[in-house]
Amino acid sequence: MIEFTVWDIVRNLLLATRWTVLLSLAAFIGGALVGLVVLFFRIAKNKWIKRIASGYIALFQGTPLLMQLFLMFFGLPMLGLRIEPWTAAMLGLTFFASAYLAEIWRSGVDALPRGQWDAGASLGLHYLQELRLIILPQAFAITRAPTVGFLVQLIKSTALTSIIGFEELVRTSNAINNATFEPFTVYGLVALIFFVMCFPLTQYARSLEKRASAH
Amino acid sequence: MGYSLDFGWLAGAAGAIARGAATTVLLIVVTTLAGTFLSILGAAGKRSGPKPLRTAIAAYVEVMRNTPFLVQLFFIFFGLPSLGIRLDPILAAMLAMTLNMAAYTIEIVGAGLDAVPRGQTEAALALGLRPRQVFVKIVLPQALKVIYPALTSQIVIMMLESAVVSQIAVRELTYEADMLQARTFRAFETYFVVTLVYLGLSMGLRRLLVSGGRRALGAGVS
Repeated sequence: MIEFTVWDIVRNLLLATRWTVLLSLAAFIGGALVGLVVLFFRIAKNKWIKRIASGYIALFQGTPLLMQLFLMFFGLPMLGLRIEPWTAAMLGLTFFASAYLAEIWRSGVDALPRGQWDAGASLGLHYLQELRLIILPQAFAITRAPTVGFLVQLIKSTALTSIIGFEELVRTSNAINNATFEPFTVYGLVALIFFVMCFPLTQYARSLEKRASAH
Repeated sequence: MGYSLDFGWLAGAAGAIARGAATTVLLIVVTTLAGTFLSILGAAGKRSGPKPLRTAIAAYVEVMRNTPFLVQLFFIFFGLPSLGIRLDPILAAMLAMTLNMAAYTIEIVGAGLDAVPRGQTEAALALGLRPRQVFVKIVLPQALKVIYPALTSQIVIMMLESAVVSQIAVRELTYEADMLQARTFRAFETYFVVTLVYLGLSMGLRRLLVSGGRRALGAGVS
């Protein structure tokens, strides 16, 4: 058995945390971009386009993320793509995030009074200009708290990518645990690292929420 | 090299999938009952308990909400035995799910309790009910009615999260899927079918909770 000091454990965990952070950021950015497209579909005037977007969102919100990751991991190679755990994890979390973010922002668009659209139209703006200049900035502003809240959920969700073999914090901790047989320390430290990443964001989301309800 | 989908294995696998789904349902039923009960105690303690208890509940909620469920599960299943607490996989899963769900529902139930007007308590006390009766018979039913939709969503989310307990070898739906794909070498088809089963379960569960809630709590529940 290899001798591991607590510092060895912490150092290896912190090195693996890089990947958790990187994956969270990549999935959040990717999810925001795809989510924006889904949002456009979701608030489109055409009934069928709207329905497709609703179906997409319901599909991702009604199935376990773990299954989505498995389907990505085993499904993409069938399309002839060589796939690494990183790619499967990134794509899986991106689509997962896009569905949730689109739904959050949609609630922001719905919350805006009808008059905002009418005012935009009366200024001679066409649909895309209205969205870009009037509707979306306001919708994003009022949904900032749930968006940050979802980022916390996304960071926690990266833990699942350990199951499809992506070398992030939890997978590294499993390996360390197998070498040291100190699950209490190892998983305690992992929980602590996640807590340190998520708690400030949770507090930030809470302060945004308070500021919003004070208006 | 073309890959063609093959669902021929499905006929022989229906039993395993049904067994796995039944275990998933059992997990979520136990978690819902235990988690809701625990969160009512927690929410009541957080509102009217002594200061140390309130701090402890608040800390518990923050820790559970800011760490991944998978890590909580590993901590309970692998970590607790070093304190001398050894649990069966299924008990560890139920415990982890209940503790995780309670952290979310304590906040939900608390919001519901806050939504019941103070006059309700005063009126009930004036009628001579004891404080505990006031809570159980007057405040709690009204609070549950307010929070029922949020509670329903949380139960469905927990059902979907339960997929990860396959990692400690609880023989639920995902575990059965893992076993099936190892035997049939049809990974994509297996997970595809099981994903559909999960989709059916989550839609069915939501519908059941909404119609059940309407019956038990009266109109106004959506």
